[in-house]
Amino acid sequence: MTQRYSFLQLIRQAFRHHEGWTPAWNSVEPKDEYDVVVVGGGGHGLATAYYLAKNHGLTNVAVLEKGWIGGGNTGRNTTIVRSNYLRDEAAHLYEFALKLWEGLSADLNFNVMFSQRGVLNLGHSLQDMRDIERRVNANRLNGIDGEVLSPADIQKIVPILDCSPGNRYPVLGASWQPRGGVARHDAVAWGFARAADRLGVDIVEHARVVEISLNLGSGAVEGVVVEHEGERKRIRSSKVACVTAGNSGVVAALAGLKLPIESRPLQALVSEPLKPCLDTVVMSSAVHGYLSQSDKGDLVIGAGTDGYNGYGQRGSFEIIEETARAICELFPVFSRVRMNRQWGGIVDICPDACPIIGRMPVPGLYFNCGWGTGGFKATPGSGFVFAHTVAEDKPHPLAAPFGVERFHSGAVIDEHGAAGVAH
Amino acid sequence: MLRIYCPYCESVRDEDEFHCVGEAHIKRPELPDRLTDQEWGEYLHYRTNPRGEHREIWHHTVGCRQHFNVVRDTETYEIKLVYRMGIDPPTVPGRDR
Repeated sequence: MTQRYSFLQLIRQAFRHHEGWTPAWNSVEPKDEYDVVVVGGGGHGLATAYYLAKNHGLTNVAVLEKGWIGGGNTGRNTTIVRSNYLRDEAAHLYEFALKLWEGLSADLNFNVMFSQRGVLNLGHSLQDMRDIERRVNANRLNGIDGEVLSPADIQKIVPILDCSPGNRYPVLGASWQPRGGVARHDAVAWGFARAADRLGVDIVEHARVVEISLNLGSGAVEGVVVEHEGERKRIRSSKVACVTAGNSGVVAALAGLKLPIESRPLQALVSEPLKPCLDTVVMSSAVHGYLSQSDKGDLVIGAGTDGYNGYGQRGSFEIIEETARAICELFPVFSRVRMNRQWGGIVDICPDACPIIGRMPVPGLYFNCGWGTGGFKATPGSGFVFAHTVAEDKPHPLAAPFGVERFHSGAVIDEHGAAGVAH
Repeated sequence: MLRIYCPYCESVRDEDEFHCVGEAHIKRPELPDRLTDQEWGEYLHYRTNPRGEHREIWHHTVGCRQHFNVVRDTETYEIKLVYRMGIDPPTVPGRDR
């Protein structure tokens, strides 16, 4: 059993030279049978396992992760959390997640460093501004905080942003969501892993699922075959929940399914640490750049996706160039900042830029994928509604519009207008 | 940065001259009004998304503005083959598909 973190515990450990801390979660061997097997130990998968145990009393659950916890997209995103989506279905889902974020550190007993420093989405053209007005009004009707700001208002929040009329990308205004912000992404994975582990969930790292076994008669899921420590092991389970982001297509193929998803690299970069100079999040979909400053002081910069499918966890150079160019135009003060690291994560993009959450044509198989370039912000909400969907074998009301059936019924949720590239 | 051979310009150019259009060899249904919702949804929204060899249409946007086909590995990004439009998908030696 892992310890509960508290001030008292901190004092107690300080007197023992901090030698008494135990690992945040246990390293376990997978058992032969589980009630639910979650494939993929990213934020969404771990959140699913946590809420399965917490809300539905299902503790005989395994999370199988092919790498290590926090090594996938959870640790590769630009940590932005917001809920200002245009469409009702998406707005309700992301707002539900944002409300969970607001109490998450206390709920998990782990500081996820959620900081509601506000999110600005810049408008550079008349059409951008019309879209922003429309989206902010839609948000307010849905009970989501939002304001339309003028360049003068923006300048008060971000003095270093170049709002002069001569800018190559003139800033005509912005939408402002004060409740948006950032969270520490690794802490989210670790916090959910630890909290799920405390409730009895088995978290198995370096366990790659190589087969999804189906019953020959009924066609229903019977379990998975996993490759763990050089050996193959069969795990029985009547429910398999896949939360595998960019590799969802590969995992779906194990069960003979195809998904309406294309996988592309999305990249991010961080600069050398600077003195505090930016205390909010600035995003611009038009120029494919978004940035914030981390508590360490480095600028965290998100770029666009590559223009073609790919599974290499890197991005193409010209995308960085384009983003760096835009950032330098908007923030001339950053023009001589040096970049420290650059990386890519593989994102699963749906034709309507909205996730797929729900049952699959194979009984007992569930998928939570297609979050594309903006899944991090939804982590707790995604886990919550997916756990409900898996436990009850029927979609959570908030997840119901996001079934894969929508690509055949035509009821797609066109979020491209609100989200564009930048999430 | 990919370096792509354009079969019309007959020269190797940088990736940023091109635009990837998407999966190649998708045939428009001959009788669209006879399709079921299932078939129509698949034609519109479902693409192969292989981890490995992928056949794509590329457009030489700031060059000759012609479309052509490329066989590219989505894991290594190696371009295996480039061929003109209207040619049936060839098989790449050493791989069976």
